[in-house]
Amino acid sequence: MGRYIARRLLETIPLLLVISIFVFMFIHLLPGDPARQMAGLEAPPEEVQAIREEYNLDKPLLEQYFIYMKGLLTGDMGRSLKVKIPVSELIASRFPFTLQLVFAGLLWGPVLGILIGVISAIKRGTWVDMLGMLIAICGLSAPGFVLGLVGIQVFSVKLGWFPTGGLDGIKSLFLPSIVMGTGIMATLARYSRSSMLEVLREDYVRTARAKGQKESIVMFRHAFKNSLIQVVTILGLQIGGLLSGSVITENIFSIPGMGRLLTDSISYRDYPAIQGLLMIFALEYVLINLIVDVLYGVINPKIRFD
Amino acid sequence: MSNKPNEQEEKVVSLEKNAASFEENYIDENILADSSSKVKEFIKKFMKRKTAVAAFIIMVFLLIIAIIGPSLAPYDPGAFDYDNILSGPSAKHWFGTDHFGQDIFSRILAGAPQTLGVALSSVIVGAALGTVLGLLAGYYGGWIEMLVMRGADVLFSFPDILLAIAIVALLGPGIINVFIAVAVFTVPSFARMMRSATLAVKSSLYVEVARSLGCKDGRILFIHIFPGTIQTLIVNFTMRIGSAIMAASSLSFLGFGADVTSPEWGAMLSQSRSYLNTAPHMVYFPALVIFITVLAFNLFGDGLRDTLDPKIK
Repeated sequence: MGRYIARRLLETIPLLLVISIFVFMFIHLLPGDPARQMAGLEAPPEEVQAIREEYNLDKPLLEQYFIYMKGLLTGDMGRSLKVKIPVSELIASRFPFTLQLVFAGLLWGPVLGILIGVISAIKRGTWVDMLGMLIAICGLSAPGFVLGLVGIQVFSVKLGWFPTGGLDGIKSLFLPSIVMGTGIMATLARYSRSSMLEVLREDYVRTARAKGQKESIVMFRHAFKNSLIQVVTILGLQIGGLLSGSVITENIFSIPGMGRLLTDSISYRDYPAIQGLLMIFALEYVLINLIVDVLYGVINPKIRFD
Repeated sequence: MSNKPNEQEEKVVSLEKNAASFEENYIDENILADSSSKVKEFIKKFMKRKTAVAAFIIMVFLLIIAIIGPSLAPYDPGAFDYDNILSGPSAKHWFGTDHFGQDIFSRILAGAPQTLGVALSSVIVGAALGTVLGLLAGYYGGWIEMLVMRGADVLFSFPDILLAIAIVALLGPGIINVFIAVAVFTVPSFARMMRSATLAVKSSLYVEVARSLGCKDGRILFIHIFPGTIQTLIVNFTMRIGSAIMAASSLSFLGFGADVTSPEWGAMLSQSRSYLNTAPHMVYFPALVIFITVLAFNLFGDGLRDTLDPKIK
């Protein structure tokens, strides 16, 4: 098991290096002089030069990359052009809000999704199955901003049950969690249904039935447990996807999280903040996938020995 | 003896023609007819899926609207009517009007080419590029495969919409840049998928025969291998369109896509945020249209996948 984890970690390092190059090059891919872009087109030459020196844009590219990497490893991602504080501090102040949203989506989305998927598989071909899959496909087809706006309109404006925005108390988390969790619920419903159907076709399930096992034991001890193997991988990818979902949700509900910071930074052309956020989002996504891979290896011993 | 390349090519084509005429003369015509009835079988199997058929009809309807919709609009989508600001649905304005008195129904019709056009064209371009890269990676392997797959890994390290936002941050807002962003994040999924499909087909007997007949790599790839991967390509292409519509309209909603005054559906929803209290119809109608559009493409993609799956009756 240790060797499997070590191997996966080693495979992740080159990927993280390439991602760091991609994010580092972000500023340099801007059309024209990056320092001028950051300072603003109307900025005086002294200000442009000051930015050039502060962000090492006057040094050779390779040296800039090493300085950037050194900074990353010590938590220094430069200074925000908008609020003039270190980018790492800015991101750290927004992170708890995004984390709350991610947890809010994870609280109900995966559980309901797997439940719908498993029940649909067990009741395959019946109206229960059709209803389950209809819920799933509707969940997949409703963009987050559509769900959010309609939710605000119906539940906040018309019925007055929940606040229209902000993150102040449990009530304010309800609508954002619906937006965050719907996609993951829908995806897991579909995958867990097909995974469960695949497992139900396996010989060991047929054997368990032939031996006279109770249907509930066949379903939950044999079929369900094994169907979760595939579902775990998808769950991991979906958690990573929740981070991107936070961009829309935070904008709709005016929540001061990392997603909102990203869109604000783009509007303000705060490139150091954009770079820092892209790096953090990518790092989180890669690490979550790594954890899922390791978990998959724990659940499915065949993978470890490949 | 060495032949010039075009003489070699002609030799291969003539060998293939001979093989075809051999088949026609010596193989039972019932077996030959079987291949043309596969299309009929596909249609028959597809027609059993009522939801997918309904989705297909809606899809075709939407595509027709995207082409002729703007000319069907009862009002000029950009015309202001200050006597009818924020008015609800009525016989005169079926979907009501917005904060400038513009007819929402006309704006939805006018916005269809933008929303659907950007999504469709970006998926076409992304799928084409991804397919070529995937075919090359799967067929040649080696450093080509490593380059393509590692590139795909890097792009996959960013969730779709974040990658699109990063590209728009680089290029600036605008509908063309949204098209580029959506096309770019479409490429890696097609590259990976087509590489896997190519690896599966590459070792088939008919590909080996083509190689032994002296076919050039290009001919093997696009005449022999590619047709074997079309099924996978078509299903994923259709399913990808739904995500592309969502991504493009999300970017416009965030202010990175179409201009806020344009009738693009995501941009219309962005405008409606300020009028949730006073004019909920500004939210409901564009939201419903986006939802039905994405649902139709997703249902059609599901139906297509099930129809093409030999394990499903």
